[in-house]
Amino acid sequence: MRITLRDIRKQYGKVIANDGIDLEITEGSIHGILGENGAGKSTLMKILAGYTTKTSGTILLNGRPVEYDHPSQATRLGIGMLYQDPLDFPPLTVLENFLMGLDHGLVSRVEVYRRRLREMADHFGFHLDPETTVQRLTVGERQQLELVRLLALGVEVLILDEPTTGISSLQKQALFTALRKLAGEGKTSFLVSHKLEDVEALCDRITVLRRGKVEGEMGLPFESRKLLGWMFGSELPPPPCFERRAKEGVSALAMEGVSASGGRAGLGPCHVAVSQGEVVGLAGLEGSGQGLFLRLAAGLERPETGKIRVAEEDMTGKDHHAYRARRVTFLPAGRLEEGLMPGLSITEHFALHQKRGMMIQWPEAQERAEQGIERFRIRGSSFSAAESLSGGNQQRLLLALLPANPSLLLLEHPTRGLDADSVQWVWEKLMAYAAEGTSIVFSSAELDEIFQMAGRVLVFFNGIVVKDVRTCDTTMEELAKAIAGKG
Amino acid sequence: MLPFLENSRPKELLIRVLFITVGVFCLTSLVLLVAGAPPWPAFYHLFVGALGSWSKLAQVLMVWIPLTLCACGLLYSFRIGLWNIGVEGQVVAGAIASTAVLRFGVESGSPSLMIVMAFAGGMLGGSVWAILAGFLKTKGGVNEIFGGLGLNFVAQGITLWLIFGPWKRPGVGSMSGTEVFPEPLWLPTFLSARLSPAGLVLTVLALVVAAWVLNRTRLGLALKGIGSNPKAAYLHGLNPSTYFILAMGLAGGCAGLAGAFQVTGVYHRLIPVISSNYGYLALLVVMLANYRVWGSPWIAFFFACLNVGSIQLPIVLKLDSSLSGIIQGALVLTTLLVYGVRK
Amino acid sequence: MTDLDLTVLLASIVAGAAPIVLAVLGETISEKGGVINLSLDGSILLSAMVAFAIAFQSDNLFLGFAGGALVGAMMAALVGFFSVFLGQSQVAVGFVLTLTARDLAYFLGNPYARLYGPQAGVNPIPWLQDVPVLGPIFLHQSVPAYLSLLLIPFAWWYLYKTPMGLRLRAIGEHPEAAYARGTNTRAIQFWYTVVGGLLVGLAGATFSLCTKTGWGRPQGAEGTGWIALAIVIFGGWHPVKAALGAYLFAFLQIMGIHFQGWWPSVPAQVFQVAPFPLMIFTLIVMYLAQKGSTRTSSRGSPWLRGAVRILSGSAPAGLGRSFKPE
Repeated sequence: MRITLRDIRKQYGKVIANDGIDLEITEGSIHGILGENGAGKSTLMKILAGYTTKTSGTILLNGRPVEYDHPSQATRLGIGMLYQDPLDFPPLTVLENFLMGLDHGLVSRVEVYRRRLREMADHFGFHLDPETTVQRLTVGERQQLELVRLLALGVEVLILDEPTTGISSLQKQALFTALRKLAGEGKTSFLVSHKLEDVEALCDRITVLRRGKVEGEMGLPFESRKLLGWMFGSELPPPPCFERRAKEGVSALAMEGVSASGGRAGLGPCHVAVSQGEVVGLAGLEGSGQGLFLRLAAGLERPETGKIRVAEEDMTGKDHHAYRARRVTFLPAGRLEEGLMPGLSITEHFALHQKRGMMIQWPEAQERAEQGIERFRIRGSSFSAAESLSGGNQQRLLLALLPANPSLLLLEHPTRGLDADSVQWVWEKLMAYAAEGTSIVFSSAELDEIFQMAGRVLVFFNGIVVKDVRTCDTTMEELAKAIAGKG
Repeated sequence: MLPFLENSRPKELLIRVLFITVGVFCLTSLVLLVAGAPPWPAFYHLFVGALGSWSKLAQVLMVWIPLTLCACGLLYSFRIGLWNIGVEGQVVAGAIASTAVLRFGVESGSPSLMIVMAFAGGMLGGSVWAILAGFLKTKGGVNEIFGGLGLNFVAQGITLWLIFGPWKRPGVGSMSGTEVFPEPLWLPTFLSARLSPAGLVLTVLALVVAAWVLNRTRLGLALKGIGSNPKAAYLHGLNPSTYFILAMGLAGGCAGLAGAFQVTGVYHRLIPVISSNYGYLALLVVMLANYRVWGSPWIAFFFACLNVGSIQLPIVLKLDSSLSGIIQGALVLTTLLVYGVRK
Repeated sequence: MTDLDLTVLLASIVAGAAPIVLAVLGETISEKGGVINLSLDGSILLSAMVAFAIAFQSDNLFLGFAGGALVGAMMAALVGFFSVFLGQSQVAVGFVLTLTARDLAYFLGNPYARLYGPQAGVNPIPWLQDVPVLGPIFLHQSVPAYLSLLLIPFAWWYLYKTPMGLRLRAIGEHPEAAYARGTNTRAIQFWYTVVGGLLVGLAGATFSLCTKTGWGRPQGAEGTGWIALAIVIFGGWHPVKAALGAYLFAFLQIMGIHFQGWWPSVPAQVFQVAPFPLMIFTLIVMYLAQKGSTRTSSRGSPWLRGAVRILSGSAPAGLGRSFKPE
């Protein structure tokens, strides 16, 4: 099936996720969509899959324009998507998951579909036991099941969103073989990924998106350098290596052989040492292990192996409040989901941070709230409820609530959603902390930010720290390569 | 998160209240017509039956006291986001505990002291029963709805066992309960009005304490924060499990006081339906009050009027007294409807 | 205690459990789809009253049962409407309804108290009723009891062997995923809740027209709804296990009455409230089984392992949540 996307636009309020994207795909091909975090590739694919509606633009299948606004409609037209978070039914069996949506009528034609499942699985070399429950399957196996199910529904176009995160290399090979076979049978696949190596290995053509637009398109043979340039934009010169404010030898945080499971990729054994006063940036695609790293360092997750030390003290296995007692503070990315309490005003948030004492000193809390509002330029009054603040202002509130002298600040996407001015001003504040000796470890989707603000950068890829280097000793290009898996 | 009724501007609020009032009126009239009863006389007798005389008013207040005490307790548990359906059992547990105290102290010298001890015992009994449900939740993963429900029935079973077993009246155990306590152990009342001043004071005190704790103390704010977002509250240094237990303890304590009041002030013994369903009714009261302290006593008063007013109905109009429950339920349902449609 | 006739005992268990089985099956269906119907207790009372009133007025048992079923369906429809379509809390609505329905039942049923009305008698199946053992127990029952017996395998078959049952279970586990696959999640949840309510209504009608005939205040069916809720949990949300739980409860109730003499130290109330500690125990076992740590510790105790296996099951993941399609 031939697919044409013409001038696809998607706007979320003021944010433009897709800004006039044109794409032409021939049938029987595997097309790669590359791009950084926030480039717009997920949004585009969700529009194609019917999961989101486009703001404007046209989709043509075999030259005919089509309209749909629900994934099941897209499936009926022959388009199916493998989501990053599987939309399946964990307590039900593999066979039941396969049947659901496929089988209709009065009685389940179990045997018919059981055979179909086995044939299709064998065709691709997958091993799926129809009677196990899906919650016992690995991520890769769940993917295989979904693939087979979509094909059974008659899907001609497959969209795979970051499929190789969290699966074994054997499963990756099986997946790639399956996709090549499908291409040979005339089916089209979209591979959305940030992993250059995978995309280069599998695809016939690659489109690179950046900031909502098509930055470039390339056929075989691929030039990695050019692709990286399209993905990450122009080169920034490395910052001058500012004199080490960090007190060498005084350890703030040490991870020794720490590994854990969680998220899609988990975290492989890592050895990281952060000194007092250091500013360390965590780079890599969302879900590559940075979030897990930060949570382990905060005591919110327990490691499966290894030891975690905060200021030389062994904190492995202790809960978050013990870390807090040692002035380790964690700022989550989900501001309203995890960081703030809806229904409570700004003043009430500050009041919760008051020291001991049975009574709340409301005048004092109000004063601190007003100070915080002023210093962090929060658009809201001390009576505003947390959920009424805009995303950016919620972030400011979280920063305003940070304690006075933290020893270790762990920040998940600290400047997400803030405009350029605010970003700069937030970093001024954070640098002031660093100057006082606070160690800062933060994750960010913006490579520029890490490059400019951090003294050191750790690149995460598929759950492993693949690069650990001072920013002044590396280039943006090298970092980009590492993020894409070719470091 | 609990189904908080959204705050709205005064004009919107007025329209809503009007709609709800009219809706309840119509629903109730409809039910009355189906029962073959004329609506206006029924409403009239409800009103007169509750507020028609001082002694009626005293009766209303005697219902208001335990109802509001239960509501006070529920304010704590709702604040932290718990559905404390077990409040019924907590009232019963408090009643059992205070009966036990009084039984031990029947012979002792100072009756006033015994009454105070009975209340203390009731508070403790209700608290323990609630904390039990709390631990079932925090350690056993049992949702507080089912834990509370189960414990309600267990408490009821224990009551029946006591009434027909160890604490039965001499001779044969009967549904009229344990033996009546001697008069010195009765809560003192205003002359013939049978209204207990101590009960009133206690209830007002409970309301004031609840308002104070919820709005001015760290504990109250912690309950609010955890009720809003336990994960965020944890990051801000609060331990949700601890506060769940605390909230349940407070809720159970208030419910236990209500149970003690029923024993010492109303029935003067332990009977099978010692709680008179006030626990469940209090849940409705607090829901209507939008989980705030300020509305609770007034709504409780209204509900108490309905309860007492409807006692007349079987005598005067040959209607069942459950009409009060119908009105109370219709109120909450209409409110849920009005606020739900708005979403 | 006179000498015990086993067949009579078993037959009376089947008869006595019939309404509970109906209610339990109805609630299981509703909860499998993700909707919990807390109005169960009040619904049973209200439908019992209406069934009796209609049967009394019309002298027609069938109409009585139909009326009861309709009332149960309507109550469930209210719960479904408020929660699925208005997004209100299922617990809040169900709870208020259970109280109000009971009050409605008492209020409107007042004129019918202590009257004699039509009763559903025993309809033995010809020829087969003389089959030894099974005959007297299963084939010498009333129509509602037959219905309850037939519904157990039917419910099992429907839920686990048909595409429609699969769809219901999928919705209860992960409504978002079901929605993505094109099911009309909300409508289906609503309708199955209503079907569940219909069965609950039949249960109520069975009480007033068959098992504890007549109407009064109290009727005798008070508390059954809460017990049914407990049994659904105890049965791990599986129709057959839940039905067995209902029979177990009926057994305990009868034991409570008949065996007072055998175990005088055990109070009758223990049997009456037994489902609830059992429900709590089941919930705890399920919770601990899910936490990985218990899997290792239960290796040591065969008793615990057995308990975990029998009581295994988990609540449908979407139970109690209201699902809003994007």
